[in-house]
Amino acid sequence: MTGFPSTVAERDAVDESGNALQRVLRKLAAGELGSLRVLIVLAIIWVIFQIANDRFLTAINLTNLTLQIAAVGCISVGVTLVLLLGEIDLSVGAVSGLAAAVMAVLSVKHGWGPYPAILAAIAVGAAIGLFQGTVSTRLAIPTFVVTLAGLLAWQGAQLYVLGSTGTLNINDETITNLAGVFLDDWVGWAVALVVIVGLVVTELGFRRQRAAAGLVQAPPVGSAIRLVGAAVALLGGVYVVNQDRGVPLSLVILLVIIAFFHWLLTRTRFGRHVYAVGGNDEAARRAGIPVARIRTIVFVLASALAAFGGVLAASRLQAVNQSSGGSDLLLLAIAGPVIAGTSLFGGRGSVWGALLGALVIGSISNGMDLLALESSVKFMVTGGVLLGAVALDAATSSRRTTGRT
Amino acid sequence: MTQAAVSPSGASASGGAAPLLKLSGITKTFGAVRALDDVALDVRAGEVVALVGDNGAGKSTLIKTISGAGPADGGSITFEGREVHIKSPQDSTSLGIAVVYQDLALCDNLDVVENLYLGREARFHNQPFSRMNEVEMEQHAIELLGELQVKTLASVRTEVGSLSGGQRQSVAIARSLLGEPKIVILDEPTAALGVAQTAQVLALVKRLKERGLGVVLISHNLSDVFEVADRIVVLRLGRNGGEYPATSDQRQAVVAAITGVSDDKPASAATTEVQS
Repeated sequence: MTGFPSTVAERDAVDESGNALQRVLRKLAAGELGSLRVLIVLAIIWVIFQIANDRFLTAINLTNLTLQIAAVGCISVGVTLVLLLGEIDLSVGAVSGLAAAVMAVLSVKHGWGPYPAILAAIAVGAAIGLFQGTVSTRLAIPTFVVTLAGLLAWQGAQLYVLGSTGTLNINDETITNLAGVFLDDWVGWAVALVVIVGLVVTELGFRRQRAAAGLVQAPPVGSAIRLVGAAVALLGGVYVVNQDRGVPLSLVILLVIIAFFHWLLTRTRFGRHVYAVGGNDEAARRAGIPVARIRTIVFVLASALAAFGGVLAASRLQAVNQSSGGSDLLLLAIAGPVIAGTSLFGGRGSVWGALLGALVIGSISNGMDLLALESSVKFMVTGGVLLGAVALDAATSSRRTTGRT
Repeated sequence: MTQAAVSPSGASASGGAAPLLKLSGITKTFGAVRALDDVALDVRAGEVVALVGDNGAGKSTLIKTISGAGPADGGSITFEGREVHIKSPQDSTSLGIAVVYQDLALCDNLDVVENLYLGREARFHNQPFSRMNEVEMEQHAIELLGELQVKTLASVRTEVGSLSGGQRQSVAIARSLLGEPKIVILDEPTAALGVAQTAQVLALVKRLKERGLGVVLISHNLSDVFEVADRIVVLRLGRNGGEYPATSDQRQAVVAAITGVSDDKPASAATTEVQS
């Protein structure tokens, strides 16, 4: 260790002013506990709606909530990747609609099998991402402009693909099952247990590795709290949805996607480079990172995820029409990660924010529907929550940067 | 010339005082403007050479000819005794020349370890999607910072954005050492730093020298230069304006060479070659 004072205890000793509660509150205000902050927001929203209508926190309604957020959550994962670069993708809604239309036309009109049709939809998304990413990086056009053009163009392409019929009902069971199938109760429990065991084993292995290398360990309490929190969320979630129809397949798909991208962002060189480009692209370039390639790959991933989100939405609706992927889908897909603390300026955030943000927005929408409120109120409240979250983000991030001497 | 290349790491076994890097007759023009005209510079292992001069004297242009960011139009560069052609930053890096820029080029949103290893992350396998070896990177980061005696960091997992200017400079310098360079070029490392932080960075420069590295220090601040440098090379209007040993009695001569007001000679003919 060569006498290098890097122990957590010493750092805490430096930071030792006020009691533990004050320290947590300070970290919370400074945005260090971003996901905890959005969990608190979510808890407040749930309590309010439960008081207003006691059907809100029932198994059937919470199951519906997860079904409602699967598509937008999937699109939000891609949006999060783009936001981490400090870029924006305004075309994700239109891409999801176009991809769903492509899948529906291939499946219904051309008799393609379900898997080729879904893969074709995702390939269309990836190709669009490749195009937009390449145009933006090669010609140095802001992604805002490129994807705004995309938003218009892909909407047009969607109308063109759907043709005169306008609406296509999807009969293929494999496709509709994506959003319509639920795991058996025991399968849900088994999956939850396997995941929990996996998390514990990974965490223990991680700590053992660090201990063997003589590195500083984070206090075990932190690991324990995180693991217990994850276990309670998983088991509690499975228990609740098992009271109704069981764990929705679409929720499992969303969680697998999020877990994969979390791994990609935090454990691989590619993910590190995404954060670096978002934090300081000039520094990334000087470090030898292929900045343009990273940007292009992220746009490919974002559009492919948007396309798959469109497939999930079509599966739930069991149809694709001219307004698929339109309306407020794009705005909600961007608002979700932002509410959950993903910075619009790049370099800060986590893909779990896609899930948490989608839960916040989905809960507001779902709760207001239960209260039979007008969609006018729904939009205004969602807007207010978004503004509040971004204001909090701006206030805390300016505090972070001014904290430097 | 006190050339005592007693490097603890035994990095360079350079034969006596043969320069590690030798520039001679370097010219560079931008259109009609002659930015560098017949400039020479020697850097030896275990030596700190300060490059000083007024704004527009050609310091940055000269550095760019070494770093490959702006190759020279003419002249020769010799590295470890053989003539080399530096056409790109990659050429310079592969020779073993590292540059720490004034604006540092760190990512504020990444922690110290992540910044140190940016672009050269350690991985378990050499495949596109292999997991990074965080333990190895953190261990080496602690080792390296310990060797450099960078002691003020609370943790190597601190976000760089929350560090002080001196700490950021230390991280940037440590980062340049990961490529195991033979020469480190520091562009204004103490600009915009407070007194204590400047002292911290200057101490770090001395440790680079102790490691047997050749250091080129570009600075406006003459008291910093006299504190750490062995030799001072003055550039004036794109030409060599003289070379001085960094002893305090040379201060007036250096200032005169920089400003060109020495001995009522015309500025363009400031050939006060005081060889040590």
